[in-house]
Amino acid sequence: MVRAVAPRADARILLDAAGVARAVDRIAHQILEKTGGARDTVLLGIPTRGAPLGRRLAARIRAFSGVDVPTGSLDVTLYRDDLRMRGVRPLEETAEPPGGVDARLVVLVDDVLYSGRTVRAALDALRDLGRPRAVQLAVLVDRGHRELPIRADYVGKNTPTAHDEVVHVLLSEVDGRDAVLLDPVPARDAEVAR
Amino acid sequence: MKHLLSAADLDRAGALAVLDTAERMDRALANREVKKLPTLRGRTVVNLFFEDSTRTRTSFELAAKRLSADVVNFSAKGSSVSKGESLKDTALTLEAMGADAVVIRHSCSGAPHRLAHWVRGSVVNAGDGTHEHPTQALLDAFTMRRRLGRLEGLRVTIVGDVLHSRVARSNVLLLHTLGAEVTLVAPPTLLPVGVDSWPVAVSYELDSALSKADAVMMLRVQRERMGASFFPSAREYSRRYGLDRARLGLLPEHAIVMHPGPMNRGMEIAAEVADDPRRSTIVEQVTNGVSVRMAVLYLLLGGVDPREVAA
Repeated sequence: MVRAVAPRADARILLDAAGVARAVDRIAHQILEKTGGARDTVLLGIPTRGAPLGRRLAARIRAFSGVDVPTGSLDVTLYRDDLRMRGVRPLEETAEPPGGVDARLVVLVDDVLYSGRTVRAALDALRDLGRPRAVQLAVLVDRGHRELPIRADYVGKNTPTAHDEVVHVLLSEVDGRDAVLLDPVPARDAEVAR
Repeated sequence: MKHLLSAADLDRAGALAVLDTAERMDRALANREVKKLPTLRGRTVVNLFFEDSTRTRTSFELAAKRLSADVVNFSAKGSSVSKGESLKDTALTLEAMGADAVVIRHSCSGAPHRLAHWVRGSVVNAGDGTHEHPTQALLDAFTMRRRLGRLEGLRVTIVGDVLHSRVARSNVLLLHTLGAEVTLVAPPTLLPVGVDSWPVAVSYELDSALSKADAVMMLRVQRERMGASFFPSAREYSRRYGLDRARLGLLPEHAIVMHPGPMNRGMEIAAEVADDPRRSTIVEQVTNGVSVRMAVLYLLLGGVDPREVAA
């Protein structure tokens, strides 16, 4: 479905496996710092790849500080504003973090920040889930080209891109290996970095 | 997929997509205060019911509303139909009002097929005559998969008035697609001509069919469709084909008891069997019906405007 387009053989490497690990570590440290030790904080990953990314962040936060941060996943498909243009997609897992989101600090986690429309959909979905004390956003890659007034609080890597380039985030949980790649040439129906 | 007219419209992948979508929808809304999704905002769903129905109409209405669609309920009683309007004129009227989907129940087999040629929106068959009721089959499959963990290789026994049952027809088609083994049990007078060409086993005797069933589905005795007499007396039918406590004991430990409703308690199913909390899934089936119909409406209407595709 959506992200099934494979990276090209001549794709440029933005982050290798070690680079992905460093970026995750850095975001975990920043979350700890900015949230005062991640108290009352939950990580909510946006499927597909935001969910394993959220679990990795939780594992690193636990390793660095001993704090257990609850994690969950939030599928935003039913809240998207582009269903009519792009057609129906299969739904993905929504799992509320243990203890819910009410009155807590929710950090949304996604792989790529692009137009900002996924995050807008996630904010709408979150409103139906409960009322967090505050919402922050963590992304592995910010590739620019925002179409909405949305910004990330934590960014693994800022990468200026052209509109028709495609960013691939690969995670071992989903793709068998860790990497961030950039396809140089536009691929047909590539919605990879939506 | 533009319409859902028959359970045969779904291949294996398509049927599983509906069940998986329903599962996700159900879990996304579970434990939530606001049981509402914005997905079909601005879409209009017309419930066109020419036959009485409580659960199916309400279930479709709730499903559409949970997805934020606008719902118009239309029943033949108290409408222009009682003044002699034809199905086609009714359909064109609804079309002119901009219906994105028409959910139709009609006493004539094939009415949804006709309707699908006249309107540009999606048509969902909510039961046509003695023909089909595909969303009922989907919710039954959903319930079986939830309770028993699988559908492939599952042994399902369907008991009763198969002749008049659209539920049975749709279930046979869908369960066959999904790899389950179906046995029909009924008196010879309540089996349709040509049943030997269906992908099922047939038995006239209930007791022997129970011992290896994973699920047993009791069909309603449809008195309103029976002009002639199909069995000597209600008492005899009940004794030979009714599911009572003694017969419940013949089922394997894990087997579930299903009924599409409405029930004739004491006729095809004993009250104590219908109310057995461990075995009976009758109430669950109703709950699951909403999730399954949400999935169907989402898959039919969620994407590109069907009217634009048709135009």
